[in-house]
Amino acid sequence: MSSVLYDAQGPRAKRRNVLFTVVFLAALMALLWWVYSTLEEKGQLAWPLWEPFFTGTEAWSTYIWPGLQNTLKAAALAMIIALPLGAFFGIARLSEHAWIRVPAAIVVEFFRAIPVLILMIFGLALFAEYTNVSSDDRPLYAVVTGLVLYNASVLAEIVRAGILALPKGQSEAAMAIGLRKGQEMRLILLPQAVTAMLPAIVSQMVVIVKDTALGGAVLTFPELLSSANTMSGYYGANVIASFTVVAVIFIALNFALTSFASWLERRLRRAKKSTGAVVGVDDAEIAGTAGTGTGGTT
Amino acid sequence: MFDFLSDYDILGAFWTTVQLALLSAVGSLIWGTLLAAMRVGPVPLMRGFGTAYVNLVRNIPLTVIILFTSLGLYQTLGISLGAKGVEDINFRLAVLGLIVYTSAFVCEALRSGINTVPVGQAEAARAIGLSFSQVLWLVVLPQAFRSTVGPLTNVLIALTKNTTVAAAIGVAEAAFLMKEMIENEAQLLLISAIFAFGFVVLTLPTGLILGWVGKKVAVKR
Repeated sequence: MSSVLYDAQGPRAKRRNVLFTVVFLAALMALLWWVYSTLEEKGQLAWPLWEPFFTGTEAWSTYIWPGLQNTLKAAALAMIIALPLGAFFGIARLSEHAWIRVPAAIVVEFFRAIPVLILMIFGLALFAEYTNVSSDDRPLYAVVTGLVLYNASVLAEIVRAGILALPKGQSEAAMAIGLRKGQEMRLILLPQAVTAMLPAIVSQMVVIVKDTALGGAVLTFPELLSSANTMSGYYGANVIASFTVVAVIFIALNFALTSFASWLERRLRRAKKSTGAVVGVDDAEIAGTAGTGTGGTT
Repeated sequence: MFDFLSDYDILGAFWTTVQLALLSAVGSLIWGTLLAAMRVGPVPLMRGFGTAYVNLVRNIPLTVIILFTSLGLYQTLGISLGAKGVEDINFRLAVLGLIVYTSAFVCEALRSGINTVPVGQAEAARAIGLSFSQVLWLVVLPQAFRSTVGPLTNVLIALTKNTTVAAAIGVAEAAFLMKEMIENEAQLLLISAIFAFGFVVLTLPTGLILGWVGKKVAVKR
């Protein structure tokens, strides 16, 4: 194959590639052997440590499923609350009036610059001090608060990018047929922008799911990661086994979301009826970091 | 009202944050560049390894990786990375976890930079008789490097914010100190404002300056 970096290969390059393959394979095997022998030496591959996950449903129904439920619940709540907030701030940042545009920009840039964990810790103390939410519910509230504050500002950038990505002719046509500003946004721009943003929104879901794990590690929120901790205590220090199972679940969940987002993006780029404006999967990552100015572009 | 602040080493905590960020940035740049080289290279096995690594690591929460370095690597397997004393060990483990995670994103940033160079550029360079190394050094890489500044900046900012996850294994950085202070003092809003301000100071100028540089050097197409 040919790429921008190298040409189609001749016999010498092919021989060299075989050599590289063999050396790399040897290094990979050595690494795997080292991992295997270390695990074996510490007795972490003993069947009793792995057995709970393969025989019987106790580990799944007592620890993993409730943890996964909490992870999904926090992620879903955060997304549902953050979407309208993000849409509001995204549209506010596009306002013609500086007194709306500037404060919205400050709020969005501020919350994008702060780590989610800081927001969660703040949320936990806030609910403890100023509300009477019971101490059992507080971690969930704090996790969702932190996720909403951060992700609403990221979604605001995605919404803004989605609206800006539409061809100029759309808003010009809306003005030409005499729509007001609100009507133009509501009837013409937003419906098209929402379609364009879908891939970026789905891949933001991956970020949210990953960040719920912070709640488990620092705020005692009983989600999937913290269930790994409890399990390894209960089943006799099977840390490696528990973490492997939990990591595999996270990978499967997020890989499904990522693939769905890429599929949506490909589909939208192919679609003939649309304006061709798409806020892609990669743009979501760009919008997720503070101070980059314009946010995503397409 | 501000008296209690002198009891805590806030600057020290932020210095730990900066150290975590800088060490992990250097490490993940090196490992991420190697991964990117594997992913764009001609050897299928290396390409497969790079792709698998990036897809696996990107989908695991950083928190899981960092907790695993402490509970799994250190407490279960006894790997302490040559450090003595709990504080040192946790710090090094956190850096290791951050490198493992961030290098996947560095790899993708570099790869996207290389992908912005159209194949026609290399074909034109070969057509005028440049050798392989000349094609790389004179035509392809200069364009690729210039378009990676923007994406790499985003990775660096995300890394700075991600160092807070090290609090999960007890590294005494900013988020860890913030939690401790909130638990001990009845000054929630003031303490939160201080730490929020600290992170704004760390991330916003980096983003603005490097973002500006990135736009300046990027190849207009």
